[in-house]
Amino acid sequence: MKIAVCIKQVPDSWAQKKMGADQRLDRESVDAVLNDLDEYAIESALALVEANSPTGEVGEGSGHSITVISMGPERASEALRKALSMGADDAILINDPGLAGSDALATSKVLAQAITAGGYDLVLCGTESTDARMSVIPAMLAERLGFAQLTFAGKVGVSGRTMTITRQTEFGVEEMSADLPAVISVVEKINEPRYPSFKGIMASKKKPLVTQTLSDLGISPSDVGSSAAWSAVKDSLPRPPRGAGIKIVDDGSAGSQLVAFLAERKLV
Amino acid sequence: MSTVLILVDSVGGKVSKSTAELATFGKRIGDVVAVICSSDSAAILPQLNTLSIDKTITCTGVDFEKFSTGAVAAALASVVAKESPAAVLIASSARGKEIAGRLAVRIDSGVITDAIDLDSEIIATQSIFGGSTTVHSIVTHGTPIITMRGNSIEAIAGSGPAGAEDFALTYTDGDRAAVLSLAPAKKSGRPELTEASIIVSGGKGTDGNFTPVEELADALGAAVGASRAATDAGWYPHSFQVGQTGKTVSPQLYIAAGISGAIQHRAGMQTSKTIVAINKDPEAPIFDVADFGVVGDLFAVLPQVRDGVIAKKS
Repeated sequence: MKIAVCIKQVPDSWAQKKMGADQRLDRESVDAVLNDLDEYAIESALALVEANSPTGEVGEGSGHSITVISMGPERASEALRKALSMGADDAILINDPGLAGSDALATSKVLAQAITAGGYDLVLCGTESTDARMSVIPAMLAERLGFAQLTFAGKVGVSGRTMTITRQTEFGVEEMSADLPAVISVVEKINEPRYPSFKGIMASKKKPLVTQTLSDLGISPSDVGSSAAWSAVKDSLPRPPRGAGIKIVDDGSAGSQLVAFLAERKLV
Repeated sequence: MSTVLILVDSVGGKVSKSTAELATFGKRIGDVVAVICSSDSAAILPQLNTLSIDKTITCTGVDFEKFSTGAVAAALASVVAKESPAAVLIASSARGKEIAGRLAVRIDSGVITDAIDLDSEIIATQSIFGGSTTVHSIVTHGTPIITMRGNSIEAIAGSGPAGAEDFALTYTDGDRAAVLSLAPAKKSGRPELTEASIIVSGGKGTDGNFTPVEELADALGAAVGASRAATDAGWYPHSFQVGQTGKTVSPQLYIAAGISGAIQHRAGMQTSKTIVAINKDPEAPIFDVADFGVVGDLFAVLPQVRDGVIAKKS
């Protein structure tokens, strides 16, 4: 397997986010971290390789490779380094001033181009980024690449060239399979992402992290960025903070008082 | 008069509530054409007779069960080419968003997800950053593709389609994933979490005992939800998780029992119309967003509420 894991650096999901004057997420005012849902995809890649490596380890000699790919500004390299310190082999940062303001369509176009150029046959993603939360990139990648789409996996296995996943949907628990090449997104229940070890952190400093630009990928700047974003925010308003309402301490009658409150609001 | 396509959403041949909501939003913009991409079309069609729909188009010739979202996106792209609609509306489920994303690539059009309102000018309202910010968005290129979050509108009934047509398609490429087996979900008899107008959720404070949560939910005809702490502990299935990494819900009434209300959880329920919180800890952040807060033991309060609700109904 030649695995690409697509990751994103996002504002700390525990921080309160706000919109900037340009009607885009103000990314400067909050700490940036590796999207925590992407850590499960990185862990899945590592676990898949370890389970299918003659040495039981990732890296050279495993017969497989793991590349982490991110589109973002210079500082997104921190997120890539974290993935390298967890055990990925190398990293690609797609960084170009022309990419600022790209929508999901442009992002998927750029990522698909990098995946094609690198000849990867398995693409792993988290289910969504915790900032935009659209959850469309894995499906868009499958559509653009013509790869099989196995999304929302709660379990991933490989036998030869055939990937099998288990997922829970509104229909029930589905088992799905497809031959490589494939795009797989994983849910957070799938595993417990490892913490980078000291050895891993030291080793990550020597691992290759290359930067690619739009011209490296053969993409015209007019096809990406804010001028090619096919959706736009007209205006944004902070929602008035929800005022705390009535708060009572249970004296044995709280349940009855609550029923009266619900009745007053015609909710029961 | 412009036309709006809505994708009929169904589970096992049963048309979901979101379809009626899509039709209601669609009517604001123009004539509503309901597109059926399912092998259950015979079961689905009669269920559309009470919705505000002007026409149905049933896509045939494709095994939608086998090909999943890629085939649906391809079929919708063909219908878009045929009908030149003003917009395409799809339910904001995991599957709906995947179809929307693939369709956007196919027809090179802008996509907006998780809209909670849509006006006649196709300006979408979204609630972002965990409900702390409201934005108005537009699609600036191609045919707007908008996924609408469930429970965002009171669906209006209609007289059903005046016309029905079949649209024969072929689809062979692209989505090659096959479903090997399907263990159907156990029917809890409760409403779907994202469709329910009332949700009772349990968290850490249940200590793994969801009985009072479920009993109150059943008395209210509500869905049961859970916080991440509860699902991580294995007390309740992951598919019932409400919050940033689970489902986003916006019911008429949300009752949080034993849930502290971390930002991750509030992100998934903050836009609920009425919020009730029951927690032992008077400092729990959930009280900051609650319309009615009870500092107390859920094991004492919930059964009392359940009894009160049952007494009111009888």
